Amino acid sequence: MHELSLTQGVVEAITARLGSRRVVMVRLEIGKLSGVVVDSVRFCFDLVVAGTSVAGARLEIVEPGGRARCRDCAVEFATDDPILLCPCGSSDVEVLVGTELLIKAVEVEPDVRDVRV
Amino acid sequence: MCATCGCEDHSHGTVINLEERLLARNDHLAAHVREWLAGIDVRAYNLMSSPGSGKTTLLERTVRELGVPCSVIEGDQETAFDADRIRATGVPAVQVNTGAGCHLDAVMVRKALAELDPVAGSVVFVENVGNLVCPALFDLGETGRVVILSVTEGEDKPLKYPHLVRTGDVVLLNKVDLLPYLDFSVDRFLRCLRQVNPHAPVFQVSARTGDGLADWYDWLSLLP
Repeated sequence: MHELSLTQGVVEAITARLGSRRVVMVRLEIGKLSGVVVDSVRFCFDLVVAGTSVAGARLEIVEPGGRARCRDCAVEFATDDPILLCPCGSSDVEVLVGTELLIKAVEVEPDVRDVRV
Repeated sequence: MCATCGCEDHSHGTVINLEERLLARNDHLAAHVREWLAGIDVRAYNLMSSPGSGKTTLLERTVRELGVPCSVIEGDQETAFDADRIRATGVPAVQVNTGAGCHLDAVMVRKALAELDPVAGSVVFVENVGNLVCPALFDLGETGRVVILSVTEGEDKPLKYPHLVRTGDVVLLNKVDLLPYLDFSVDRFLRCLRQVNPHAPVFQVSARTGDGLADWYDWLSLLP
């Protein structure tokens, strides 16, 4: 259940950056080849935000699909399978996209300091 | 009226782009650990396997026979059993209990290293929590990653746990002394392994009898 420590890390990173500002939305990017289970992150999120400035925030998760390049035949191919086999049969592949683990953005409550006149 | 989208019935908050990696803090600390170890000429190896694959038995033998000063960080959810076993060989060991945690992270390793205070030119073995899933994601600042699988676990483990097995710099297939009593096909194991980790050296060993361990010691000694 590494999703629990990852999700705790998300809340710690956000509060470290934004202090006590009330967060209403958190957008994460979790690639399909990252080895992280999105449903577990959602479950853990509801638990770890309790009592923090992120409590009650909406969680949006973007899940980029995987892309890899074969080092043997140089073909680029799409795959969401953690067993990265090129159509040529080689397993010597380089992942190009799909292992992302990012806090993309947060939305904070309107603040008088943000109002432009 | 909402200033962001012009709608009449609600107001939006402010969206702040963070673009921060989830593992940024761990990876930052791991980089410090790596730099610190290099500065005192200490190599650290992260041993990852399922519970019961024979990591501690392998370490008991390795620290006795490697011929280089060694110390060990033992990761388990509970108990100090493994650290006690290592200390009984005469080698320093620090036990890290993760409680509910299923893996070691760079914070735990940094703290344990401060306590262990390894001597210059030595080797530190980090025995991760027995788990073929979660340790894969966490850089500990190690010099190399060792994946240990054993012949009692089935040949298909590499395909069942591809994320972790892929990260191994070396793979040990342990308990080969039991092969005569099992239906384990080493060929099939190697085929499964190569589908997720095409290049890592593989050593067939028995930590109990010592078979094959010379190759493992050579690998450890040859690495910078």
